[in-house]
Amino acid sequence: MGKKLLMGNEAIALGALRAGVSVVTGYPGTPSSEILETVAKQNADGVYVEWSVNEKAALEIAAGAAYSGARAMVTMKQVGLNVASDPLMSLNYVGIKGGMVIVSADDPGPISSQTEQDTRQFGAFAKVAVFDPSNPQEAYTMIADAFDCSEKYGRPVLFRPTTRVCHGTASVEILPPLAKRSPQGFTKDGGKWVIFPALAYANHKKIESSLKEMSREFSAYAANSLTGDGKKGIVSGGVSFAYTCEALDDLAACRGIPEPYKLFKVSAYPFPEQKALEFLKGLDEILVTEELDPVIESCLLRLIGAHNLQVKVKGKLDGTMRNAGENTVAEIQEVLSGFFNVDVPAKKTLSPSPILPGRPPVLCAGCPHRASFFAVKEAVKESAAKRKAVYSGDIGCYTLGNAAPLDMVDTCLCMGAGITVAQGINRVEPDTLNFAFIGDSTFFHSGITGIINAVYNKSNIIIVILDNYTTAMTGGQPHPGTGKTASRKDTVKADIHGIVTSLGVSELIRADAFDLNAAKDAVKRVIDKKGVRVLLFEGACVSGISKSALLSVDAGLCTGCKLCIKKTGCPALAYNAKKVVIDAELCTGCGLCASVCPAGAMLAVKR
Amino acid sequence: MKLEKKYNCIITGVGGQGTVLLSRLICGAATEKGFAVGGSETIGMAQRGGSVVSHVRIGERVLSPLVPYGKADVIIALEPAEAVRVLPYLGKDGEMFVLDRAVQPAGCELRGGRAYATFDMTSYLKENVEKLTVVNYQRLVGILGGAKAVNTAMLGAAVKKGVFPFCIQDVEKIIRERLPEKFWAVNTEALTCSV
Repeated sequence: MGKKLLMGNEAIALGALRAGVSVVTGYPGTPSSEILETVAKQNADGVYVEWSVNEKAALEIAAGAAYSGARAMVTMKQVGLNVASDPLMSLNYVGIKGGMVIVSADDPGPISSQTEQDTRQFGAFAKVAVFDPSNPQEAYTMIADAFDCSEKYGRPVLFRPTTRVCHGTASVEILPPLAKRSPQGFTKDGGKWVIFPALAYANHKKIESSLKEMSREFSAYAANSLTGDGKKGIVSGGVSFAYTCEALDDLAACRGIPEPYKLFKVSAYPFPEQKALEFLKGLDEILVTEELDPVIESCLLRLIGAHNLQVKVKGKLDGTMRNAGENTVAEIQEVLSGFFNVDVPAKKTLSPSPILPGRPPVLCAGCPHRASFFAVKEAVKESAAKRKAVYSGDIGCYTLGNAAPLDMVDTCLCMGAGITVAQGINRVEPDTLNFAFIGDSTFFHSGITGIINAVYNKSNIIIVILDNYTTAMTGGQPHPGTGKTASRKDTVKADIHGIVTSLGVSELIRADAFDLNAAKDAVKRVIDKKGVRVLLFEGACVSGISKSALLSVDAGLCTGCKLCIKKTGCPALAYNAKKVVIDAELCTGCGLCASVCPAGAMLAVKR
Repeated sequence: MKLEKKYNCIITGVGGQGTVLLSRLICGAATEKGFAVGGSETIGMAQRGGSVVSHVRIGERVLSPLVPYGKADVIIALEPAEAVRVLPYLGKDGEMFVLDRAVQPAGCELRGGRAYATFDMTSYLKENVEKLTVVNYQRLVGILGGAKAVNTAMLGAAVKKGVFPFCIQDVEKIIRERLPEKFWAVNTEALTCSV
């Protein structure tokens, strides 16, 4: 079939289609989003794909499909698995019929996440198998193994790529499709699908024996490979295995490795104990290179203890390897040099570089969130009462509102938590003005329940819904408010205004985010009132619009006061030769800078 | 064709400058030649105006997605401060191509920082890089008649120097395959223009 250049996430999607997946659900989250997008783009016959409202819903929909005999896949980022953990824990007790793979992408670094949690630990906790690919090619073939394993044992399995596998690109050997399958549909089965304590007890015993059987089977699984011989051993998994191979190759080429060694790759869990014992036989010392938690290391230590072996273990637990952040080839090579007692390859030395500018991520030029934050900030400043204001943020592009000069995000915890955290702060400090900002996709994900809680418990908070008509941070996926499905087909458009009205909030005002006066006025109208007040600020994400408007600075009028830069922080504004200049490549003509310019120097020009 | 050596390449710039397009064109051209290709891109939060680094590796076999420090054969930098930032990646005989237009970080004024001088960056690069090509942005924009496709022009400069195992025509073919037709002319012109 030939080779194709694929991103890891594309390889996972094509691998799942090859394995006959027919229902795919998920919620966007870096680094997982492109998996479901690729499935949607393929538009394959007989494959249903949806962006679900959140990860819990996604997993439950896939479970229903798998009950009915279909092969189902759910995609999310690692923190999404926290949201989906309730159905996952019980689903393993109930079981499935069609193969069901839950893809949960981990993010060592973290590069785009709140935590460095390890899905392999979640797998152990939930007592499900975990597949851990080390590169896009392996991800492509391994996802089929994951479906087979799930079907064989009648239980869901986890598939855990990390960022460098998801967003890595590679030439992937495309294989012919596997046998087509046709799901039989749901069969009623004397309570098999209904979780009850007695069933849970019986199935818990079955789960424990399945785990033992899986561990035995994984000892013979080709992706859990063992090579070499000697008194020293190296163990790795995931992308760290790729780094380790490269570091070993390099070390052999430039310094030489003075003794033979064993190399053990662990790619599927429950931990393959028999294979690990084979690896440990005859070893004096081992080095474990893995990212996130010391999962392999802990399994080996337990095994060494249980079998009274005399093997020294170097890894995260003894401080040999870093216990947070990403591994690199260079770091692993340095550790390997110590492990084999060879000189560390000399590093190139550079003269000290000039001071480099920091580049924290910022809200785009023309972003409606900047305008909304600015309106709230100014309105609070102008309000008579001068009360302390606390701003709770949430997960999305608007978390970037924490940066200067806006400085409008005081808290950010997890999806949907802004509205509820604000309620908690207000219980302790009732005189505080508590604002909670939430985006449109996050509102549907887990914001609505927080609003109901606030109304029910008579909280005093102001909720600002920032509706930019897309799931922006993860790349512009549709959601229930957009009227489009994952396949970009028309559907019913959920009305945020109507939903919030029905929740019984005390005030609801809708305003155009870019109309500064209207937005400020909306804040001022509710600021001194009691109850749950909601402001719905609307404005399109800049990534979804074609730039037609443009502003330019009249150098004759500009006094160089820089107020526009100091107040808005818009990246299209720069200061050069005592005047402000506008970058025409970035400017969308939103007009926020014009509304703060005391000299009226920002003028609309033709693009 | 068998490759005698590995090609490690770093493409850097600021989010929005088009580094991802360059890495995809390089990957595409190398794949077309039948070589194994690997790499990694910056996607997600860091894209919003942050430093962006793409890794591309070409060889008979590619073990891991990231170029280790000191192993890059080619660095294409669309921004001079970002060129300095990734300099530790450059290998002993590596070639660097840098565009001399500074993109000042958003709101550097706010943090009390001052705008940095392009000259400080390029003179540091000249001290530390033997094979350095500094491309003049103003001149390039003059040649192209606009700021569009300056990224592709930088790739063209590197390809013409023979630092990749493929030629200009191979990249042109990928432009036609991967980009919408309305972008063919501007990118092909940029690719072949003399920077």
